Amino acid sequence: MSVSKKEYAKMTEKASPPSPSYLNYPKAFLIGGLICCLGQGLTNFYKDVIGKEIIEARACTSITLIGITAVLTALGWFSYIAKHAGAGTVVPITGFANAVVSPAIEFKSEGQIFGVGAKMFIIAGPVVVYGTFAAFIYGIIYWIAQRFF
Amino acid sequence: MKRIGRASAAFDNVSIEAFACVGGKMEGEGPLGKKIDKIFEDTLAGEETWEKAESRLVQEAASLCIEKSGYSSRDFDYIFSGDLLNQCTASSFGLITLGIPMIGMYGACSTMASSLMCAALFTDSGAAHRSIAATSSHFASSERQFRNPLRYGGQRPPSAQRTVTGAGAMAVERGGRLKITHATAGIVIDLGVSDANNMGAAMAPAASSTILRHFDAVKSAPEDYDCIITGDLGQVGSDLLYELMNKEGVDISRVHKDGGLMIFDRKVQDVHAGGSGCGCSATVMCAEILPMLDRAEIKRVLFVGTGALMSPTSSQQGNNIPSVAHAVEISVG
Repeated sequence: MSVSKKEYAKMTEKASPPSPSYLNYPKAFLIGGLICCLGQGLTNFYKDVIGKEIIEARACTSITLIGITAVLTALGWFSYIAKHAGAGTVVPITGFANAVVSPAIEFKSEGQIFGVGAKMFIIAGPVVVYGTFAAFIYGIIYWIAQRFF
Repeated sequence: MKRIGRASAAFDNVSIEAFACVGGKMEGEGPLGKKIDKIFEDTLAGEETWEKAESRLVQEAASLCIEKSGYSSRDFDYIFSGDLLNQCTASSFGLITLGIPMIGMYGACSTMASSLMCAALFTDSGAAHRSIAATSSHFASSERQFRNPLRYGGQRPPSAQRTVTGAGAMAVERGGRLKITHATAGIVIDLGVSDANNMGAAMAPAASSTILRHFDAVKSAPEDYDCIITGDLGQVGSDLLYELMNKEGVDISRVHKDGGLMIFDRKVQDVHAGGSGCGCSATVMCAEILPMLDRAEIKRVLFVGTGALMSPTSSQQGNNIPSVAHAVEISVG
């Protein structure tokens, strides 16, 4: 090859079209914003209409959003929404729910143990692991800070 | 049969006797949809798993091909077949019922070219009376092996390609009209591309290398061909192929086609840079190119199968994507 890796990297970058961010950003903002509005609406509903405490109302909101995502994922509709929404569906709790439900459905063919059980957290696993780890580090810093300040 | 260059061979008298292909729903809705022998509207093809569905595709393509050849499976000495699934299970599971001695092939999306080359070598040399070259791929089985679960919601960049659900089979025997005249096996090339969402870019250097080596061995030039078909570089890879070859002073853009750009209509179908997968070039060859040769609308074709040779493990370990391309020249006598 008369082209070096460096030269080819430049050629590849030039030939590969960028993601249409002028479309992706507004769509992520709108759909993500809508999900957040729905979340707030649900919290208000659980708090004001059902009469839950705010902490409980928020937990109910998370459960409801996870439930809706699970159903949409099972029906195969979630990926159509996410294709347009991008980070708009990934960042809210919907993204986490989809990341757990989709492999659970997909790997059913490998059985309950090695399929659903083992593969359910194949995408969301790192979030759980590093989320827990970050909470642990934060806890230590908090503990030290409380001692000295 | 004789060696005409490093890993290049000229065949004496061997041809493609019959060919058949099957496709999925989306392939059926594409520009070649009506030309595909059989379309499976059901993604599972009546099976329980995506993997079994893919086995069904290759079985169906091979059976249809045998039927069209007028022979029975007992008349074929070998079947060369491969796919993208781990350990090539789509082929080995799918072809059990045919009872033809099988040699498994792996060349990623170049498998149709490598299996056709081997079938031609075995048949022309007299090692086989007749043989079959086949391959398959399935969108869903590839997604779950190489990428994410089907229902996972994510976005793909415009350079990504969609794996074709389809399979193709070609029956090879001595004599005949659709002559396989030459073949060149490819060198594995790594030009530093590591983005699994840009396989066209990873494969273009391999295609360029093999095409140039083939021209050199056969002493031919782009003008000698009615069509040079690569499978499957998509839009990004095709553009890069022209650029790489222009640097060598060769312009193939006037005769070049790419299977990944022919199987889907990129304006209407959501496939980003085009189609990919072993089944893509196999389906395009069997549905479009070989019938055109058969009708003598085109006379001389260079089929260049291109494959990105990564695995999920190699990608996760941060390796580049090495690629290979194999060329098979077919002309109508």
